[in-house]
Amino acid sequence: MRKLRSFGIYFFLTIVSLISVFPLYWMIAAATNNSTDVLAGKLTIGMNLMQNLQSLLERQNVGRAFGNSLLFSSILSLLSLLVCSIAGYGFEIYHDKAKDTLMSILLLAMMVPFAATLIPLFKLFTGMHLQSTWIAYILPTISTPFLIMLFRQSARSFPTEIIEAARIDGLGELQIFLRIFMPTMRSTYAAALTVTFMNAWNNYLWPKVIMMSETSQTMPMLVANLASGYSIDYGVLMLGVLICSLPTGILFLVLQKSFANGIVGAVKG
Amino acid sequence: MMKSKFTGVQRRNLTGWLFLLPATILIFAMSFYPMVQALLLSFQTGVGNNLQWGGLSNYKRLLEDTVFTTSIKNNFFYLIIQVPVMLVLALILASLLNKKDLKCKGLFRTAIFLPCCTALVSYSIIFKTLFSYDGYVNTVLLNLGLIDSRINWLGQTGTAKIIIIIALIWRWTGYNMVFYLAGLQNIDDSLYEAARIDGAGPIKTFFSITVPLLRPTILLTTIMSINGTLQLFDESVNLTNGGPANSTLTMSHYIFKTSFEYNSQFGYAAAMSYVIFILVAILSFIQMKVGDKR
Repeated sequence: MRKLRSFGIYFFLTIVSLISVFPLYWMIAAATNNSTDVLAGKLTIGMNLMQNLQSLLERQNVGRAFGNSLLFSSILSLLSLLVCSIAGYGFEIYHDKAKDTLMSILLLAMMVPFAATLIPLFKLFTGMHLQSTWIAYILPTISTPFLIMLFRQSARSFPTEIIEAARIDGLGELQIFLRIFMPTMRSTYAAALTVTFMNAWNNYLWPKVIMMSETSQTMPMLVANLASGYSIDYGVLMLGVLICSLPTGILFLVLQKSFANGIVGAVKG
Repeated sequence: MMKSKFTGVQRRNLTGWLFLLPATILIFAMSFYPMVQALLLSFQTGVGNNLQWGGLSNYKRLLEDTVFTTSIKNNFFYLIIQVPVMLVLALILASLLNKKDLKCKGLFRTAIFLPCCTALVSYSIIFKTLFSYDGYVNTVLLNLGLIDSRINWLGQTGTAKIIIIIALIWRWTGYNMVFYLAGLQNIDDSLYEAARIDGAGPIKTFFSITVPLLRPTILLTTIMSINGTLQLFDESVNLTNGGPANSTLTMSHYIFKTSFEYNSQFGYAAAMSYVIFILVAILSFIQMKVGDKR
């Protein structure tokens, strides 16, 4: 009975794992085959990767779109981490009644769906002639209640004795944050970076609206364009899809461990 | 002495406010201010920047707009089916992977987590291609003799919805599982040990220890999933383009179409966005109330 149950568990986990991995394997295999083979259902790695890459680069300015996405998402993630972590730290360490009230007001922004702010934001940024700039890409999502909450939660576990000791040693308040809090909370930062970068990279609705010039096109926009044509070359398309997933994939795999640890700290409270 | 300490506290308090300032200004400028603007806009009618006061006419028009009601129904269909299935699956997977004596734990965890690595646009296109008329799924089913002719998965109203749900579950189950795994690490092993000694089976342990102790995490993931599902956009655009016959169109996609694809009816789109806002607010409120009861 026990043996049977344990077999069942392994069987179930194996099936789920295979279903999870298969579409990704299929994407990689398709990126190395030509369109006819992809449609015929060929599952082995083919020899067509270089040809696919060549025709992808001929058709679309992948370098520019990839660079744009990488640049915008990196700036957005770094600023977002800085702004939200210092706010979360401030809300917890210096907390009083007024700040707690402000926090619960800010949390209301979690309920604001992006579609509702889309049009006013569009008018705001085009009114200031900031359309198609990195500023327009990053500004709406730098400060998020979710990240502020995450950092407030992790600041809760930060010992106050350390802060007191640092003050006696003559460290300023900002220095305590920069030199003591930030290095100690590395795993929270890693978790926050993973979530923020993923959201920034995946951003699609807002860039589709505000990044109007061809030169400001992002990678998801480029891939979506590839897929909407009439005659689709599936090998080329899947290579584009693969390239679009590389940065988030690498980040996730590298930070997987600290992502989980950071989330532990966040859900504890 | 007293005086300098007092100013020290004051200065500290000021520092605290300065720390909050950038984040607060940004949320007010990028969320709350646009919300007010959207409300004002929702009372105006017209095309592009040619707007005039229309009172409640946009809201009246909404009630008669069958496409909008269809999109609401679609969103709720996804919500009611996808969110529970995904969260229950994630919870089961997390508690299986939390077992001490399980072998290849890391391998299973990474495999199940891997779909989260794909960009939203990427996985929409992968599923679109897999389930297309001449796609891989049809080819395999045909070769296995399970179907006689190719099925137009994305071209039929019923199956198109199901494909979107399957895609969503595939993409997000691993993500939610990580939250549960993290929460499970906070549960003391001795509780499970005690339950085992008391003779409780795995199913009883799951419902009497795992689920109650994970309550805050379950609440967090439920709110995140509901919020995400009500705001679905990428999948609707890139997997099915809202079709066939608007059967997969989401509210956000319809707002986008009304504002930027048809003829820029900003006022009308703003009225729709307020309906989403109110729906999200009501659902979040119910969630908080239910979640607070311990």
